[in-house]
Amino acid sequence: MNTVAMIALFAFPGLLFAIPAGWLSVWAEHKAVARMQRRIGPPMLQPFWDFIKLIGKRTPARSGIEANLLRLYPALSILSLLGALALLPVFPQNGHGFSGDGILLVALLELPSICFILAGFTSGSLFGEVGAVREAVLSVANNLVFLLAMVTLAVTQDTFQLAALGGAKLNPGHWIAVIGIVLCIPAKLRLNPFSTSSAEQEIYSGPLTEYAGAALGLWQMAHGLEWIALTGLVATLVMPLGAPWWAAAVLFVAISAALVLLYSIVAAATARFTLERSINFYWRWAAVLAVLAIVSTVCMRWHA
Amino acid sequence: MKVLERLLQRARTKSIGLFHLNTGSCNGCDIELVTCLSPRYDVEQLGIHLEGSPRHADILCITGPVTRNTLEAVKQVYAQVCEPKAVVALGSCPASCNVFAGSPMIAGPLSKHIPVDVFVPGCPPHPDAIIEGIARAAQILAERGVAQEAETAVQQ
Repeated sequence: MNTVAMIALFAFPGLLFAIPAGWLSVWAEHKAVARMQRRIGPPMLQPFWDFIKLIGKRTPARSGIEANLLRLYPALSILSLLGALALLPVFPQNGHGFSGDGILLVALLELPSICFILAGFTSGSLFGEVGAVREAVLSVANNLVFLLAMVTLAVTQDTFQLAALGGAKLNPGHWIAVIGIVLCIPAKLRLNPFSTSSAEQEIYSGPLTEYAGAALGLWQMAHGLEWIALTGLVATLVMPLGAPWWAAAVLFVAISAALVLLYSIVAAATARFTLERSINFYWRWAAVLAVLAIVSTVCMRWHA
Repeated sequence: MKVLERLLQRARTKSIGLFHLNTGSCNGCDIELVTCLSPRYDVEQLGIHLEGSPRHADILCITGPVTRNTLEAVKQVYAQVCEPKAVVALGSCPASCNVFAGSPMIAGPLSKHIPVDVFVPGCPPHPDAIIEGIARAAQILAERGVAQEAETAVQQ
């Protein structure tokens, strides 16, 4: 493993940066809701204290394979998200990445959602199963748009290499695809209005209802990392190329922070959609955008 | 090790998950507990939040005089909250059964069935009193956590 990849995995935008930044994103989400309700809201270190407290809880002993599986899912989610963060081309001029790393990124971003669904089914709780089914349906709904948008980006540059995907900014198809990805992120983060899978007023915490202690803390950490990986993906796609490394890092953080703020405000200002309405949103409206992006890009290539 | 223990103890007073259980209350205390979450009192700024599942909670807030119907639920939910945990009895009903005392339908008071750490009297209690009760329970919970860890260390 070379030094650039090590830094990306363990320092920036990986482990050292992403965990505190993920906690800050979770705090921003709660704070935005509080401010919209004219409350003061939680202190900035709240997600950190929540994590430490959960580490110190004594959880009931489970036996058999399901005990190991329930511990494996959050750990696997965290590992796959750290991998996804390491793949993000924050400094593309350093010869970052390899051919086809975009496909690996899509897979790594999808793994936490699959683990979330499996956790719901493995836990044996009725609320967990209902939440898992909702998450599975929502995942199918938003991934149609997300995958079409990623394919559009690849078609514009003729490669799936992430470092090159941000390079076609003059192509309108690129921007339509970026808007498609931006629309998919609330569903991937399970934020309002697409929070049906963890709807606390209906099914407690969905797939996480039976979780307790350290494993629950790891899930909360994975949620924070999901925030950084998904907003970071958009940041790398809209960042101008050829900036010096410090400017690229500052821009990455600034764009991610702006997106976190945007999603938090949208989440605070909207009510929860029903599952049917969420599917309608993605398959009827957002899919039009994604199809438009891919058709326009293919036509432009054909014309050229 | 000492640093980690102190951090853990601090975290237990800074992050408090509540599970609210109604054991036949008239709803007065329930409304006052929910008032604590409203913009006027906003307990979230103290790190206190309501949880949907007893597995995620630290403090069990119980209202009502414990009817015979709910007794099993009380015992089950108490067992489902992970250690270290604390119990707060909200209002006069769980403390003394209040006006329902002597009824054949009542299995209370609460302390006959599970250990209670803090009683918040009143019919219903004021939200300020509820917040103070929860804060005291959090302190008890943090100290209990330290004691339990010491006990485990001795056993090992």
